[in-house]
Amino acid sequence: MTLNEKIMAKPYYDASDLRNFGKITEWSEDLGNKFFDYYGKVFEEGALTAREKSLIALAVSHTEQCPYCIDAYTKDGLQRGITKEEMMEAIHVGAAIKSGATLVHGVQMMNKVNKLEM
Amino acid sequence: MTTKSLIARNNDLANTEKQLEILSNGIFMNGELPTFANKIKETNQFPLRPKKLEILQINLGYMCNQVCAHCHVDAGPDRKEIMTLTTMQQCIKVVKNTGAHTLDLTGGAPEMNPNFRWFVEEASNAGIKDFIVRSNLTIIRANKKYHDLPEFFKKHNIHVVSSMPHWTRGKTDKQRGNGVFDKSIKALQMLNEVGYGTKGSSLKLDLVYNPSGAFLPGDQKALEQDFKKSLNDEFKITFNNLFSITNLPISRFLDYLIASENYEDYMVSLVDAYNHKAIENVMCTNTISIGWDGWLYDCDFNQMLNLKVDSKIKHIVDYNEEVLQNRDIIINQHCYGCTAGAGSSCQGEVA
Repeated sequence: MTLNEKIMAKPYYDASDLRNFGKITEWSEDLGNKFFDYYGKVFEEGALTAREKSLIALAVSHTEQCPYCIDAYTKDGLQRGITKEEMMEAIHVGAAIKSGATLVHGVQMMNKVNKLEM
Repeated sequence: MTTKSLIARNNDLANTEKQLEILSNGIFMNGELPTFANKIKETNQFPLRPKKLEILQINLGYMCNQVCAHCHVDAGPDRKEIMTLTTMQQCIKVVKNTGAHTLDLTGGAPEMNPNFRWFVEEASNAGIKDFIVRSNLTIIRANKKYHDLPEFFKKHNIHVVSSMPHWTRGKTDKQRGNGVFDKSIKALQMLNEVGYGTKGSSLKLDLVYNPSGAFLPGDQKALEQDFKKSLNDEFKITFNNLFSITNLPISRFLDYLIASENYEDYMVSLVDAYNHKAIENVMCTNTISIGWDGWLYDCDFNQMLNLKVDSKIKHIVDYNEEVLQNRDIIINQHCYGCTAGAGSSCQGEVA
């Protein structure tokens, strides 16, 4: 096995770890339970529908680049009958904010240049 | 898109023993996941026993004009198993004396049985309260001789239950075959025209949703709202209720799960979503399933796995409801499909 294959055989992310997410409570029960209660409550039907929340979660999963979240909310979307076109549009919303957030800092760069240049 | 049944393709999974072997080995054998029997033992629900009989489900044959990718019957145009007139006559005798309030005809496409209309006429004379025909919709458009089915259903006050996996063309055709979406839409419009599923009408039209892939169905009510809005906005189609049904890991869906390397993850999803409340109302507790050749089963899925009822009475010729009701229901790992989340049955969610 080459070094590269060894590295690939022991990835940092393991898709099956998602199933064990609940186990984080074992080492800090009170905080863990509070988090999961909060998490569950957030995704309940509210002023926003559970469907809308699922799409927001999918977009944020991508901007956070969390592979577990991407797996989870892609499946969640399919279960809710959300189409792939809707999913891709949601990701573009996340991507637009990400690129916008980068570019709006360009104003800071421009200000700095204007201040420093004669 | 496959156009032949597993049987016609000589696929290993056409053998029901092979399916049961897969469902019993692997992750269930090594203890990674609990077997269904062990799972229901945790809540003292083993052995599973029948409750009051409510539904007689009769399979009129495995022939179908479609070859859906997920079909648990492995139905298709190449399946020649069709209920004979003699078996139908035996069924009518049972229908006349049953304590069940619902008669549920399924297939294949039940309408393709040459004696389908005779059977419906005879059975409706028996005065059963709720008379369901599971129609795949496209059959109504498949041939001229079926074009008058909506009128025929209306005449006998049939409750029509039809499959419709999604309100978009792409998802529907991927599961059920090219062109199925457009034909289904046309058929739904024909059913609406004669009064099915329309406001103020007593003619009931329900749709069945089942996921087009290796994932579980979402909330039935939420999906129903989405279906109603989209079908009405785009096609002016109305219907009564949406039944959301989980795909069980048998037959063609099992073949798909294995071929797409989704089998283990799917079984994990089903087991993780196990709901002990769902098992109180699973359909095998209130249904008897009658096969095209008259053999009796706990449900349509056990029929497709060739798991006949565990009773002295195993065939329609010897039918005795009282004796049949005193039996243990045969279970296996596929049963997790009926207990996941809000549960699943031919009438949709159960919990």
